[in-house]
Amino acid sequence: MIFAVDLWKPFTYEFFRNGLLIATLAGALCGLIGVFVVLRGMSYIGHGLSHAVFGGAALAAVLNLSYFLGAGLWGLASGLMIGRVARKRIIGADAAIGVITTASFAMGLALQARFGQAKQSIDAVLFGNVLGVFTGDLLAVAGVGILSVVVVVTLYRKLLFATFDPEVAGVSGVNVPGMEAVLMVLLSATILVTVRVIGVLLISALLVLPAVTARLLTNSFGRMLWLSPVLGAIFGGVGMYVSWYADVPSGAVIILAGTLVFIVVYTAVGVRRRGRVAGMDHHGPSLRAA
Amino acid sequence: MKSSALNSSGNAFPAPLIACDHLSCTYGNGTVIEGVDLSVHPGEFVGIVGPSGSGKTTLLKAMLGSIKASHGSVTRASGLSVAYVPQLETVDWNFPVTVGEVVGMSRPQKSWWPGSSSSERQAIEEVLERLGLGGLVQRHIRELSGGQQQRVFLARALIQKPDVLILDEPTAGIDVTTRHEILHVLADLNEGPPQGDGIAIVLTTHDLNGLAAHLPRLVCFNRTVIADGTPSEVLQPYFLERTFGAPMEVLQHGGMPIVLEQGSDELRLRLSRKGAS
Repeated sequence: MIFAVDLWKPFTYEFFRNGLLIATLAGALCGLIGVFVVLRGMSYIGHGLSHAVFGGAALAAVLNLSYFLGAGLWGLASGLMIGRVARKRIIGADAAIGVITTASFAMGLALQARFGQAKQSIDAVLFGNVLGVFTGDLLAVAGVGILSVVVVVTLYRKLLFATFDPEVAGVSGVNVPGMEAVLMVLLSATILVTVRVIGVLLISALLVLPAVTARLLTNSFGRMLWLSPVLGAIFGGVGMYVSWYADVPSGAVIILAGTLVFIVVYTAVGVRRRGRVAGMDHHGPSLRAA
Repeated sequence: MKSSALNSSGNAFPAPLIACDHLSCTYGNGTVIEGVDLSVHPGEFVGIVGPSGSGKTTLLKAMLGSIKASHGSVTRASGLSVAYVPQLETVDWNFPVTVGEVVGMSRPQKSWWPGSSSSERQAIEEVLERLGLGGLVQRHIRELSGGQQQRVFLARALIQKPDVLILDEPTAGIDVTTRHEILHVLADLNEGPPQGDGIAIVLTTHDLNGLAAHLPRLVCFNRTVIADGTPSEVLQPYFLERTFGAPMEVLQHGGMPIVLEQGSDELRLRLSRKGAS
Protein backbone atom coordinates (compact mmCIF):
# COMPACT_ATOMS: atom_id res chain seq x y z
CA MET A 1 0.00 0.00 0.00
CA ILE A 2 2.79 2.35 0.97
CA PHE A 3 4.51 1.39 -2.29
CA ALA A 4 1.50 2.39 -4.41
CA VAL A 5 1.23 5.71 -2.65
CA ASP A 6 4.92 6.25 -3.27
CA LEU A 7 4.55 5.69 -7.01
CA TRP A 8 1.72 8.19 -7.09
CA LYS A 9 3.52 10.76 -4.98
CA PRO A 10 5.15 12.84 -7.76
CA PHE A 11 1.71 13.41 -9.29
CA THR A 12 0.67 15.36 -6.23
CA TYR A 13 3.03 18.14 -7.30
CA GLU A 14 1.74 20.51 -9.95
CA PHE A 15 5.21 21.22 -11.37
CA PHE A 16 5.69 17.49 -11.89
CA ARG A 17 2.34 17.09 -13.65
CA ASN A 18 3.23 20.02 -15.92
CA GLY A 19 6.66 18.57 -16.54
CA LEU A 20 5.25 15.16 -17.38
CA LEU A 21 2.71 16.66 -19.76
CA ILE A 22 5.25 18.80 -21.60
CA ALA A 23 7.82 15.98 -21.79
CA THR A 24 5.18 13.69 -23.31
CA LEU A 25 4.01 16.32 -25.78
CA ALA A 26 7.57 17.30 -26.72
CA GLY A 27 8.41 13.62 -27.26
CA ALA A 28 5.41 13.15 -29.53
CA LEU A 29 6.18 16.31 -31.52
CA CYS A 30 9.84 15.40 -31.95
CA GLY A 31 8.73 11.90 -32.94
CA LEU A 32 6.46 13.24 -35.68
CA ILE A 33 8.92 15.74 -37.17
CA GLY A 34 11.73 13.22 -36.59
CA VAL A 35 10.23 10.93 -39.27
CA PHE A 36 11.11 13.54 -41.89
CA VAL A 37 14.40 14.43 -40.20
CA VAL A 38 15.50 10.79 -40.42
CA LEU A 39 14.16 10.01 -43.90
CA ARG A 40 15.53 13.21 -45.44
CA GLY A 41 18.88 13.01 -43.65
CA MET A 42 18.21 16.31 -41.87
CA SER A 43 19.51 15.26 -38.46
CA TYR A 44 22.60 17.40 -38.85
CA ILE A 45 20.39 20.39 -39.64
CA GLY A 46 18.39 19.70 -36.47
CA HIS A 47 21.59 19.42 -34.49
CA GLY A 48 22.84 22.70 -35.97
CA LEU A 49 19.59 24.59 -35.52
CA SER A 50 19.39 23.73 -31.83
CA HIS A 51 22.92 25.06 -31.33
CA ALA A 52 22.05 28.22 -33.25
CA VAL A 53 18.97 28.69 -31.09
CA PHE A 54 21.17 28.52 -27.99
CA GLY A 55 23.10 31.61 -29.14
CA GLY A 56 19.85 33.46 -29.74
CA ALA A 57 18.43 32.37 -26.40
CA ALA A 58 21.53 33.56 -24.55
CA LEU A 59 21.41 36.90 -26.32
CA ALA A 60 17.70 37.27 -25.56
CA ALA A 61 18.32 36.52 -21.86
CA VAL A 62 21.13 39.09 -21.61
CA LEU A 63 19.07 41.74 -23.39
CA ASN A 64 15.97 40.84 -21.38
CA LEU A 65 14.03 40.00 -24.52
CA SER A 66 11.48 37.23 -24.78
CA TYR A 67 13.07 33.83 -25.38
CA PHE A 68 10.82 32.96 -28.30
CA LEU A 69 11.51 36.28 -30.01
CA GLY A 70 15.28 36.21 -29.55
CA ALA A 71 15.86 32.54 -30.24
CA GLY A 72 13.32 32.46 -33.05
CA LEU A 73 14.80 35.40 -34.94
CA TRP A 74 18.32 34.13 -34.36
CA GLY A 75 17.41 30.66 -35.58
CA LEU A 76 15.77 32.12 -38.67
CA ALA A 77 18.82 34.27 -39.44
CA SER A 78 21.11 31.25 -39.03
CA GLY A 79 18.94 29.18 -41.35
CA LEU A 80 19.07 31.86 -44.04
CA MET A 81 22.84 32.23 -43.67
CA ILE A 82 23.33 28.47 -43.96
CA GLY A 83 21.31 28.50 -47.16
CA ARG A 84 23.35 31.37 -48.52
CA VAL A 85 26.75 29.89 -47.74
CA ALA A 86 25.74 26.43 -48.97
CA ARG A 87 24.47 27.82 -52.28
CA LYS A 88 28.01 28.89 -53.14
CA ARG A 89 28.67 25.17 -53.63
CA ILE A 90 32.37 25.48 -52.84
CA ILE A 91 31.44 24.99 -49.19
CA GLY A 92 29.15 22.01 -48.52
CA ALA A 93 25.93 22.51 -46.56
CA ASP A 94 27.24 20.37 -43.68
CA ALA A 95 30.35 22.53 -43.35
CA ALA A 96 28.25 25.70 -43.59
CA ILE A 97 26.04 24.42 -40.76
CA GLY A 98 29.16 23.56 -38.78
CA VAL A 99 30.62 27.06 -39.09
CA ILE A 100 27.50 29.15 -38.54
CA THR A 101 25.78 27.20 -35.79
CA THR A 102 28.92 26.47 -33.84
CA ALA A 103 29.82 30.15 -33.91
CA SER A 104 26.35 30.88 -32.61
CA PHE A 105 26.76 28.26 -29.89
CA ALA A 106 30.17 29.71 -28.92
CA MET A 107 28.63 33.13 -28.60
CA GLY A 108 26.01 31.64 -26.31
CA LEU A 109 28.71 30.02 -24.16
CA ALA A 110 30.64 33.30 -23.94
CA LEU A 111 27.52 35.17 -22.88
CA GLN A 112 26.75 32.48 -20.35
CA ALA A 113 30.24 32.68 -18.84
CA ARG A 114 30.02 36.46 -18.63
CA PHE A 115 26.43 36.78 -17.42
CA GLY A 116 25.68 33.20 -16.38
CA GLN A 117 25.19 33.87 -12.68
CA ALA A 118 22.34 36.23 -13.26
CA LYS A 119 20.82 34.40 -16.18
CA GLN A 120 19.89 30.92 -15.12
CA SER A 121 17.57 30.50 -18.08
CA ILE A 122 20.62 30.15 -20.35
CA ASP A 123 21.55 27.06 -18.37
CA ALA A 124 18.05 25.68 -18.84
CA VAL A 125 18.40 25.96 -22.60
CA LEU A 126 21.68 24.08 -22.53
CA PHE A 127 20.58 21.08 -20.50
CA GLY A 128 16.82 21.36 -20.50
CA ASN A 129 14.72 21.89 -17.44
CA VAL A 130 11.34 20.23 -17.49
CA LEU A 131 10.54 21.23 -13.94
CA GLY A 132 10.93 24.91 -14.65
CA VAL A 133 8.20 24.79 -17.27
CA PHE A 134 5.83 27.71 -17.59
CA THR A 135 2.32 27.70 -18.99
CA GLY A 136 3.71 29.60 -21.99
CA ASP A 137 6.04 26.70 -22.84
CA LEU A 138 3.22 24.23 -22.53
CA LEU A 139 1.01 26.25 -24.84
CA ALA A 140 3.86 26.72 -27.33
CA VAL A 141 4.59 22.97 -27.54
CA ALA A 142 0.87 22.18 -27.84
CA GLY A 143 0.43 24.86 -30.52
CA VAL A 144 3.35 23.70 -32.66
CA GLY A 145 2.20 20.11 -32.12
CA ILE A 146 -1.31 20.81 -33.43
CA LEU A 147 0.07 22.82 -36.36
CA SER A 148 2.45 19.98 -37.25
CA VAL A 149 -0.28 17.35 -37.17
CA VAL A 150 -2.58 19.47 -39.35
CA VAL A 151 0.19 20.19 -41.90
CA VAL A 152 1.46 16.60 -42.03
CA VAL A 153 -2.04 15.16 -42.46
CA THR A 154 -3.31 17.62 -45.08
CA LEU A 155 -0.06 17.60 -47.10
CA TYR A 156 0.61 13.89 -46.47
CA ARG A 157 0.91 12.68 -50.07
CA LYS A 158 2.92 15.64 -51.28
CA LEU A 159 5.30 15.39 -48.33
CA LEU A 160 5.73 11.66 -48.91
CA PHE A 161 6.27 12.06 -52.66
CA ALA A 162 8.70 14.97 -52.24
CA THR A 163 10.64 13.06 -49.57
CA PHE A 164 10.79 9.69 -51.30
CA ASP A 165 11.31 10.80 -54.88
CA PRO A 166 11.75 14.58 -55.28
CA GLU A 167 12.63 14.40 -58.98
CA VAL A 168 9.48 12.58 -60.06
CA ALA A 169 7.36 14.49 -57.53
CA GLY A 170 8.44 17.75 -59.18
CA VAL A 171 7.51 16.41 -62.61
CA SER A 172 4.15 15.23 -61.26
CA GLY A 173 3.20 18.70 -60.12
CA VAL A 174 4.34 18.69 -56.48
CA ASN A 175 5.97 21.92 -55.33
CA VAL A 176 9.11 20.23 -53.96
CA PRO A 177 10.95 23.36 -52.74
CA GLY A 178 7.68 24.41 -51.08
CA MET A 179 7.44 21.09 -49.24
CA GLU A 180 11.08 21.42 -48.16
CA ALA A 181 10.37 24.91 -46.82
CA VAL A 182 7.31 23.67 -44.92
CA LEU A 183 9.39 20.94 -43.27
CA MET A 184 12.19 23.39 -42.39
CA VAL A 185 9.67 25.74 -40.74
CA LEU A 186 8.12 22.86 -38.75
CA LEU A 187 11.56 21.59 -37.72
CA SER A 188 12.68 25.06 -36.60
CA ALA A 189 9.46 25.66 -34.68
CA THR A 190 9.75 22.22 -33.03
CA ILE A 191 13.31 22.90 -31.90
CA LEU A 192 12.40 26.36 -30.70
CA VAL A 193 9.60 25.17 -28.41
CA THR A 194 11.14 21.94 -27.15
CA VAL A 195 14.75 22.96 -26.63
CA ARG A 196 14.11 24.47 -23.19
CA VAL A 197 12.49 21.21 -22.12
CA ILE A 198 15.03 18.74 -23.48
CA GLY A 199 18.16 20.87 -23.82
CA VAL A 200 20.31 21.93 -26.78
CA LEU A 201 22.69 19.05 -26.27
CA LEU A 202 20.00 16.36 -26.29
CA ILE A 203 17.31 17.59 -28.64
CA SER A 204 18.80 16.08 -31.79
CA ALA A 205 18.68 12.65 -30.12
CA LEU A 206 14.95 13.05 -29.42
CA LEU A 207 14.43 13.98 -33.07
CA VAL A 208 16.12 10.78 -34.21
CA LEU A 209 15.45 8.04 -31.62
CA PRO A 210 11.66 7.60 -31.93
CA ALA A 211 11.83 7.74 -35.74
CA VAL A 212 14.62 5.19 -36.16
CA THR A 213 12.96 2.87 -33.64
CA ALA A 214 9.67 3.16 -35.54
CA ARG A 215 11.52 2.53 -38.81
CA LEU A 216 12.81 -0.76 -37.42
CA LEU A 217 9.27 -1.77 -36.51
CA THR A 218 7.56 -0.99 -39.82
CA ASN A 219 8.19 -0.85 -43.57
CA SER A 220 5.27 1.49 -44.19
CA PHE A 221 5.54 5.28 -44.23
CA GLY A 222 1.96 5.68 -43.01
CA ARG A 223 2.51 3.42 -40.00
CA MET A 224 5.89 4.99 -39.20
CA LEU A 225 4.19 8.38 -39.10
CA TRP A 226 1.97 7.47 -36.13
CA LEU A 227 4.29 4.95 -34.49
CA SER A 228 7.13 7.44 -34.13
CA PRO A 229 5.13 10.09 -32.18
CA VAL A 230 3.69 7.37 -29.95
CA LEU A 231 7.21 6.13 -29.16
CA GLY A 232 8.39 9.72 -28.63
CA ALA A 233 5.56 10.35 -26.17
CA ILE A 234 6.41 7.15 -24.29
CA PHE A 235 10.11 8.06 -24.14
CA GLY A 236 9.23 11.55 -22.88
CA GLY A 237 6.69 10.41 -20.29
CA VAL A 238 8.62 7.43 -18.96
CA GLY A 239 11.91 9.33 -18.96
CA MET A 240 10.35 12.17 -17.02
CA TYR A 241 8.81 9.85 -14.48
CA VAL A 242 12.01 7.86 -13.93
CA SER A 243 14.05 11.03 -13.59
CA TRP A 244 11.98 11.93 -10.52
CA TYR A 245 13.26 8.82 -8.73
CA ALA A 246 16.73 8.72 -10.23
CA ASP A 247 17.28 12.37 -9.36
CA VAL A 248 18.94 12.93 -12.74
CA PRO A 249 18.08 15.72 -15.25
CA SER A 250 14.96 14.69 -17.15
CA GLY A 251 16.43 15.28 -20.62
CA ALA A 252 19.17 12.75 -19.96
CA VAL A 253 16.75 10.10 -18.68
CA ILE A 254 14.41 10.66 -21.63
CA ILE A 255 17.24 10.04 -24.10
CA LEU A 256 18.52 7.05 -22.12
CA ALA A 257 15.03 5.53 -22.03
CA GLY A 258 14.76 5.99 -25.80
CA THR A 259 18.19 4.51 -26.39
CA LEU A 260 17.33 1.48 -24.27
CA VAL A 261 14.13 0.84 -26.27
CA PHE A 262 16.05 1.34 -29.51
CA ILE A 263 18.66 -1.23 -28.52
CA VAL A 264 16.02 -3.77 -27.52
CA VAL A 265 14.09 -3.28 -30.80
CA TYR A 266 17.27 -3.29 -32.86
CA THR A 267 18.36 -6.59 -31.37
CA ALA A 268 14.93 -8.22 -31.65
CA VAL A 269 14.29 -7.01 -35.22
CA GLY A 270 17.79 -7.94 -36.30
CA VAL A 271 17.09 -11.57 -35.46
CA ARG A 272 13.67 -11.54 -37.19
CA ARG A 273 14.90 -9.73 -40.34
CA ARG A 274 17.74 -12.15 -40.85
CA GLY A 275 15.17 -14.95 -40.75
CA ARG A 276 12.95 -13.19 -43.29
CA VAL A 277 15.72 -12.44 -45.76
CA ALA A 278 16.95 -16.02 -45.51
CA GLY A 279 13.39 -17.23 -46.11
CA MET A 280 13.08 -15.12 -49.27
CA ASP A 281 16.00 -16.86 -50.90
CA HIS A 282 13.79 -19.90 -51.49
CA HIS A 283 11.62 -17.91 -53.87
CA GLY A 284 14.49 -17.30 -56.23
CA PRO A 285 14.43 -13.64 -57.27
CA SER A 286 17.39 -11.87 -55.81
CA LEU A 287 17.13 -8.82 -53.64
CA ARG A 288 18.60 -5.81 -55.34
CA ALA A 289 21.62 -4.34 -53.69
CA ALA A 290 21.12 -0.91 -52.19
CA MET B 1 19.06 11.41 -91.92
CA LYS B 2 17.03 13.55 -89.56
CA SER B 3 13.61 12.13 -90.11
CA SER B 4 12.08 13.30 -86.87
CA ALA B 5 8.76 13.80 -88.63
CA LEU B 6 8.59 10.10 -89.36
CA ASN B 7 6.26 8.47 -86.88
CA SER B 8 5.18 4.90 -86.34
CA SER B 9 1.81 5.38 -88.02
CA GLY B 10 3.83 6.55 -91.01
CA ASN B 11 1.23 8.81 -92.61
CA ALA B 12 0.02 12.39 -92.08
CA PHE B 13 1.83 14.05 -89.18
CA PRO B 14 -0.39 14.75 -86.22
CA ALA B 15 0.67 17.65 -84.02
CA PRO B 16 3.59 16.57 -81.81
CA LEU B 17 2.92 15.86 -78.13
CA ILE B 18 6.38 17.08 -77.16
CA ALA B 19 8.65 19.10 -79.44
CA CYS B 20 12.25 20.07 -78.66
CA ASP B 21 13.33 22.96 -80.84
CA HIS B 22 17.09 23.77 -80.96
CA LEU B 23 17.14 22.75 -77.32
CA SER B 24 20.30 23.26 -75.25
CA CYS B 25 20.66 22.63 -71.52
CA THR B 26 23.45 23.66 -69.20
CA TYR B 27 24.42 22.19 -65.82
CA GLY B 28 26.86 24.18 -63.70
CA ASN B 29 29.29 25.57 -66.27
CA GLY B 30 29.14 22.86 -68.93
CA THR B 31 26.64 22.45 -71.74
CA VAL B 32 25.18 18.95 -71.50
CA ILE B 33 22.94 18.87 -74.55
CA GLU B 34 23.08 21.18 -77.51
CA GLY B 35 20.85 22.08 -80.46
CA VAL B 36 18.44 19.17 -80.07
CA ASP B 37 15.54 18.95 -82.54
CA LEU B 38 13.24 16.09 -81.60
CA SER B 39 9.48 15.58 -81.58
CA VAL B 40 7.30 12.88 -80.11
CA HIS B 41 3.97 12.24 -81.81
CA PRO B 42 0.86 10.43 -80.53
CA GLY B 43 1.28 6.67 -80.39
CA GLU B 44 5.02 6.69 -81.02
CA PHE B 45 7.56 4.41 -79.31
CA VAL B 46 10.95 6.11 -79.35
CA GLY B 47 14.23 4.71 -78.05
CA ILE B 48 17.11 7.07 -77.34
CA VAL B 49 20.50 5.33 -77.45
CA GLY B 50 23.86 6.71 -76.48
CA PRO B 51 26.77 6.06 -74.13
CA SER B 52 26.75 6.96 -70.42
CA GLY B 53 27.25 10.65 -69.88
CA SER B 54 25.89 11.55 -73.31
CA GLY B 55 23.08 13.63 -71.80
CA LYS B 56 20.21 11.16 -72.33
CA THR B 57 18.78 11.65 -68.85
CA THR B 58 19.17 15.42 -69.21
CA LEU B 59 17.20 15.29 -72.45
CA LEU B 60 14.41 13.34 -70.73
CA LYS B 61 14.30 15.79 -67.84
CA ALA B 62 14.16 18.70 -70.26
CA MET B 63 11.24 17.02 -72.05
CA LEU B 64 9.55 16.60 -68.67
CA GLY B 65 10.16 20.23 -67.83
CA SER B 66 12.22 19.59 -64.70
CA ILE B 67 15.30 21.17 -66.31
CA LYS B 68 15.07 24.55 -67.98
CA ALA B 69 16.34 25.11 -71.51
CA SER B 70 19.32 27.46 -71.73
CA HIS B 71 18.65 27.89 -75.45
CA GLY B 72 15.79 26.84 -77.66
CA SER B 73 12.58 25.44 -76.25
CA VAL B 74 10.52 22.41 -75.31
CA THR B 75 6.85 22.61 -76.22
CA ARG B 76 4.33 20.23 -74.74
CA ALA B 77 0.81 19.97 -76.15
CA SER B 78 -1.61 21.79 -73.86
CA GLY B 79 -3.18 19.58 -71.21
CA LEU B 80 -0.65 16.84 -71.93
CA SER B 81 -0.16 14.34 -69.11
CA VAL B 82 3.41 13.05 -68.94
CA ALA B 83 4.51 10.39 -66.47
CA TYR B 84 8.10 9.52 -65.64
CA VAL B 85 9.65 6.24 -64.52
CA PRO B 86 13.09 6.93 -63.02
CA GLN B 87 16.11 4.68 -63.26
CA LEU B 88 15.87 2.04 -60.52
CA GLU B 89 19.37 2.96 -59.34
CA THR B 90 18.12 6.35 -58.18
CA VAL B 91 15.46 4.85 -55.86
CA ASP B 92 16.13 4.72 -52.12
CA TRP B 93 15.29 1.07 -51.43
CA ASN B 94 15.61 1.51 -47.67
CA PHE B 95 12.81 4.07 -47.59
CA PRO B 96 9.87 2.76 -45.55
CA VAL B 97 7.28 2.58 -48.27
CA THR B 98 5.02 -0.24 -49.45
CA VAL B 99 3.98 -1.04 -53.02
CA GLY B 100 0.53 0.46 -52.39
CA GLU B 101 2.05 3.65 -50.92
CA VAL B 102 4.35 4.12 -53.92
CA VAL B 103 1.49 3.82 -56.40
CA GLY B 104 -0.84 5.98 -54.30
CA MET B 105 1.58 8.86 -53.65
CA SER B 106 1.24 10.23 -57.18
CA ARG B 107 -2.53 10.72 -56.87
CA PRO B 108 -3.58 14.18 -55.73
CA GLN B 109 -4.97 14.21 -52.20
CA LYS B 110 -8.60 15.16 -52.70
CA SER B 111 -9.68 15.54 -49.07
CA TRP B 112 -7.91 16.62 -45.88
CA TRP B 113 -7.48 12.99 -44.84
CA PRO B 114 -4.61 11.22 -46.68
CA GLY B 115 -6.05 7.69 -46.68
CA SER B 116 -7.17 6.23 -50.01
CA SER B 117 -10.88 6.20 -50.83
CA SER B 118 -12.36 2.85 -51.80
CA SER B 119 -12.43 3.81 -55.50
CA GLU B 120 -8.80 4.81 -55.25
CA ARG B 121 -7.85 1.55 -53.59
CA GLN B 122 -9.67 -0.23 -56.38
CA ALA B 123 -7.81 1.77 -59.04
CA ILE B 124 -4.48 0.89 -57.38
CA GLU B 125 -5.42 -2.79 -57.18
CA GLU B 126 -6.41 -2.77 -60.85
CA VAL B 127 -3.16 -1.24 -62.05
CA LEU B 128 -1.14 -3.65 -59.91
CA GLU B 129 -3.20 -6.59 -61.11
CA ARG B 130 -2.70 -5.59 -64.72
CA LEU B 131 1.06 -5.40 -64.29
CA GLY B 132 1.16 -8.77 -62.57
CA LEU B 133 1.70 -7.34 -59.10
CA GLY B 134 -1.63 -8.42 -57.62
CA GLY B 135 -1.56 -9.17 -53.90
CA LEU B 136 1.67 -7.24 -53.31
CA VAL B 137 0.08 -3.98 -52.05
CA GLN B 138 1.44 -4.40 -48.52
CA ARG B 139 4.93 -5.51 -49.58
CA HIS B 140 7.94 -3.33 -48.89
CA ILE B 141 9.64 -2.25 -52.14
CA ARG B 142 12.86 -4.03 -51.21
CA GLU B 143 11.08 -7.37 -50.90
CA LEU B 144 10.49 -7.59 -54.66
CA SER B 145 12.43 -8.95 -57.63
CA GLY B 146 14.09 -6.50 -60.05
CA GLY B 147 11.31 -6.86 -62.61
CA GLN B 148 8.62 -6.33 -59.97
CA GLN B 149 10.42 -3.23 -58.70
CA GLN B 150 10.48 -1.78 -62.22
CA ARG B 151 6.76 -2.53 -62.62
CA VAL B 152 5.86 -0.83 -59.31
CA PHE B 153 7.26 2.44 -60.65
CA LEU B 154 5.54 1.80 -63.96
CA ALA B 155 2.28 1.36 -62.00
CA ARG B 156 2.83 4.71 -60.26
CA ALA B 157 3.21 6.33 -63.68
CA LEU B 158 0.21 4.54 -65.22
CA ILE B 159 -2.22 5.47 -62.47
CA GLN B 160 -1.76 9.08 -63.60
CA LYS B 161 -3.31 8.04 -66.96
CA PRO B 162 -0.51 9.60 -69.01
CA ASP B 163 -0.52 10.44 -72.71
CA VAL B 164 3.25 10.07 -72.76
CA LEU B 165 5.35 7.70 -70.67
CA ILE B 166 9.02 8.53 -70.26
CA LEU B 167 11.38 5.87 -68.89
CA ASP B 168 15.05 6.24 -68.03
CA GLU B 169 17.00 3.03 -68.68
CA PRO B 170 14.11 0.69 -67.86
CA THR B 171 16.21 -2.41 -68.51
CA ALA B 172 19.44 -1.42 -66.78
CA GLY B 173 20.54 -3.99 -64.24
CA ILE B 174 17.79 -6.54 -64.88
CA ASP B 175 18.12 -9.99 -66.43
CA VAL B 176 17.10 -11.15 -69.90
CA THR B 177 13.72 -12.66 -68.96
CA THR B 178 12.77 -9.57 -66.99
CA ARG B 179 13.81 -7.37 -69.91
CA HIS B 180 11.45 -9.30 -72.18
CA GLU B 181 8.67 -9.04 -69.66
CA ILE B 182 9.09 -5.24 -69.36
CA LEU B 183 9.24 -4.82 -73.13
CA HIS B 184 6.00 -6.78 -73.54
CA VAL B 185 4.24 -4.64 -70.95
CA LEU B 186 5.44 -1.49 -72.74
CA ALA B 187 4.35 -2.83 -76.12
CA ASP B 188 0.86 -3.49 -74.71
CA LEU B 189 0.64 0.04 -73.35
CA ASN B 190 1.85 1.50 -76.63
CA GLU B 191 -0.55 -0.46 -78.80
CA GLY B 192 -3.62 1.49 -79.83
CA PRO B 193 -7.12 0.68 -78.56
CA PRO B 194 -8.97 -1.61 -78.19
CA GLN B 195 -6.12 -3.94 -77.07
CA GLY B 196 -3.75 -1.33 -75.70
CA ASP B 197 -3.79 2.21 -74.34
CA GLY B 198 -2.07 3.99 -77.21
CA ILE B 199 0.35 5.69 -74.83
CA ALA B 200 3.35 7.31 -76.54
CA ILE B 201 6.57 5.98 -75.03
CA VAL B 202 10.05 7.48 -74.88
CA LEU B 203 12.85 5.54 -73.25
CA THR B 204 16.62 5.66 -73.02
CA THR B 205 18.84 2.62 -73.21
CA HIS B 206 22.36 1.60 -73.97
CA ASP B 207 21.25 -1.92 -74.80
CA LEU B 208 21.44 -1.85 -78.61
CA ASN B 209 20.67 -5.48 -79.48
CA GLY B 210 18.46 -6.50 -76.58
CA LEU B 211 16.17 -3.50 -76.67
CA ALA B 212 16.86 -0.73 -79.18
CA ALA B 213 16.78 -2.91 -82.32
CA HIS B 214 13.20 -4.01 -81.48
CA LEU B 215 11.75 -0.48 -81.37
CA PRO B 216 10.02 1.24 -84.30
CA ARG B 217 11.99 4.47 -83.96
CA LEU B 218 15.50 5.07 -82.67
CA VAL B 219 17.44 8.22 -81.92
CA CYS B 220 21.24 8.06 -81.68
CA PHE B 221 22.18 10.66 -79.13
CA ASN B 222 25.41 12.11 -77.89
CA ARG B 223 24.99 15.68 -76.69
CA THR B 224 22.76 16.15 -79.72
CA VAL B 225 20.72 14.07 -82.17
CA ILE B 226 23.12 12.19 -84.43
CA ALA B 227 20.56 10.07 -86.28
CA ASP B 228 16.81 9.55 -86.07
CA GLY B 229 14.79 6.87 -87.86
CA THR B 230 14.04 3.15 -87.93
CA PRO B 231 16.63 0.75 -86.45
CA SER B 232 17.88 -0.31 -89.89
CA GLU B 233 18.27 3.35 -90.91
CA VAL B 234 19.99 4.39 -87.71
CA LEU B 235 22.05 1.37 -86.66
CA GLN B 236 24.81 1.96 -89.18
CA PRO B 237 28.56 2.00 -88.52
CA TYR B 238 28.91 5.70 -89.36
CA PHE B 239 26.25 6.88 -86.92
CA LEU B 240 27.25 4.37 -84.24
CA GLU B 241 30.86 5.45 -84.29
CA ARG B 242 29.83 9.09 -84.01
CA THR B 243 27.51 8.23 -81.12
CA PHE B 244 29.64 5.84 -79.11
CA GLY B 245 33.08 7.07 -80.16
CA ALA B 246 34.18 3.54 -81.06
CA PRO B 247 34.07 1.65 -84.37
CA MET B 248 31.23 -0.87 -84.61
CA GLU B 249 30.12 -3.47 -87.11
CA VAL B 250 26.51 -4.13 -88.03
CA LEU B 251 25.30 -7.56 -89.12
CA GLN B 252 21.85 -8.43 -90.43
CA HIS B 253 20.03 -11.34 -88.87
CA GLY B 254 16.45 -12.16 -89.87
CA GLY B 255 15.89 -8.60 -91.05
CA MET B 256 17.17 -7.15 -87.79
CA PRO B 257 20.43 -5.28 -87.39
CA ILE B 258 22.87 -6.66 -84.82
CA VAL B 259 25.61 -4.38 -83.57
CA LEU B 260 29.07 -5.75 -82.81
CA GLU B 261 31.96 -3.88 -81.29
CA GLN B 262 34.91 -3.89 -83.61
CA GLY B 263 38.08 -5.27 -82.17
CA SER B 264 36.22 -7.68 -79.91
CA ASP B 265 37.82 -10.61 -81.78
CA GLU B 266 41.24 -9.30 -81.04
CA LEU B 267 40.38 -8.80 -77.40
CA ARG B 268 39.01 -12.32 -77.12
CA LEU B 269 42.17 -13.73 -78.67
CA ARG B 270 44.35 -11.83 -76.23
CA LEU B 271 42.35 -12.93 -73.23
CA SER B 272 42.18 -16.57 -74.30
CA ARG B 273 45.92 -16.64 -74.87
CA LYS B 274 46.36 -15.32 -71.37
CA GLY B 275 44.18 -18.13 -70.01
CA ALA B 276 46.20 -20.75 -71.84
CA SER B 277 49.62 -19.65 -70.63
